[in-house]
Amino acid sequence: MSEANLTALLLSLKLASVVTLLLLLVGTPIAWWLARTRSRWKAPVGAVVALPIVLPPSVLGFYLLVAMGPEGPVGQFTRAMGWGTLPFTFTGLVIASVIYSLPFMVQPLQNAFQAIGERPLETAATLRAGPWDRFFSVAIPLARPGFITGGILAFAHTIGEFGVVLMIGGNIPGETRVASVLVYDYVEALEYADAHWLAGVMLAFAFLVLLALYALNPERRGQGR
Amino acid sequence: MKRPLRLLSILLLLASPLATAGTVKVAVAANFIKPMRAIAAAFERDNGHRVQLAAGSSGKLYAQIRHGAPFDLFLSADADKPARLASEGLAVPGSRFTYALGALVLWSADPGLVDDAGTVLRQGRFEHLALANPKLAPYGAAARATLQRLGLWEALKPRMVFGENIAQTYQFVHSGNAQLGFVARAQVMADGRLSAGSAWPVPQTMHPPIRQDAVLLDRGRDNPAATALLAYLRSAPVRALIRSHGYALPAEDAAA
Repeated sequence: MSEANLTALLLSLKLASVVTLLLLLVGTPIAWWLARTRSRWKAPVGAVVALPIVLPPSVLGFYLLVAMGPEGPVGQFTRAMGWGTLPFTFTGLVIASVIYSLPFMVQPLQNAFQAIGERPLETAATLRAGPWDRFFSVAIPLARPGFITGGILAFAHTIGEFGVVLMIGGNIPGETRVASVLVYDYVEALEYADAHWLAGVMLAFAFLVLLALYALNPERRGQGR
Repeated sequence: MKRPLRLLSILLLLASPLATAGTVKVAVAANFIKPMRAIAAAFERDNGHRVQLAAGSSGKLYAQIRHGAPFDLFLSADADKPARLASEGLAVPGSRFTYALGALVLWSADPGLVDDAGTVLRQGRFEHLALANPKLAPYGAAARATLQRLGLWEALKPRMVFGENIAQTYQFVHSGNAQLGFVARAQVMADGRLSAGSAWPVPQTMHPPIRQDAVLLDRGRDNPAATALLAYLRSAPVRALIRSHGYALPAEDAAA
């Protein structure tokens, strides 16, 4: 395998790992709130979280490029803080990917939290467990399948990300040129042998991830939940 | 429901000159889609044939043609891919010609940044310089040749960002994410003038010419509409139109 392929694959893995960790931190409270709330904001927040599933990556990438650019609201903020602008940086890709993969973490978690129901939490409350204790010692262990599904999906979805990265990445080796973009480069440059190599690796990876997902969570199959 | 449809089809029949009307399917490099739309409209008006345009990067279009995409004509952004298709037996060898010469400009959306000699590249008052990926896009290869010629390629490398094609490169600069970049003159010129920002027109001597070649594909060999459009592309009014969009033209086939 060529050095360019290896660099790109490692970068994809690094991006997906960072994004999955961040999504566990960001996605868990959102999912918990969505699962428990009776607020009238539940529907709009749920819809916003689900947007990246429906939006074409080109739309998301275009908005991110404009918003994170020097004239955009995010760009003006980051510049005022002295951080420069985010497009063409690894940090920029991480932020874009967190947004892009958010529903893949939140939705399985939300389902898992909802499936717990009130009883285990009420029981814990009668045993004098406080809200934080109930969350960490009851809700999180019971929602384990949701964490596995959400984590794997968010990770795999970030590896498979293409359109958004293409639009805000700038194709910089070791910084923003991830594997999916490199495959595209090979095809465009008519270097089909290299394209086959890298594409084959990614196909095998995607299959293994899904295999792991189905093997780890067999009870979810066929029950719809 | 039925009646309007029948009416519509009758109208369509009336609108197209019968007997001679054919359809030509054209694969066009993305940088040339704007002038090509104008050319196609004029051609349809003058000759009565119908033109269907599909724009994309030359590499993608080339791959599609190799895998049987139903195009009659291919207007590439380079000279290499039409030549390849001809040698692979997928295009008519003698039909290849240069329909436009690309011109490169160093452009910024900021009206005060780029001077008309390109010295801004040496002063370095910018964070990102955008260019099209030299491996994929002829304009990118020309930008690289220019920077190498100026002796700045290695020095500026850490600040470069690469667009997948020249349209994306333009978008990077237009949105201000890259303060300046090498784009096609056709993208920043309107009616012979710079439409916004500041620019340095890169002298044609700085890089090998960006030859954009067209070729008649094997599928279009016996399609009168395709051969008619190919001839139309070489006519004087069309050449003038291509120039007005910011492209140059090779002198030698001015008579064609």
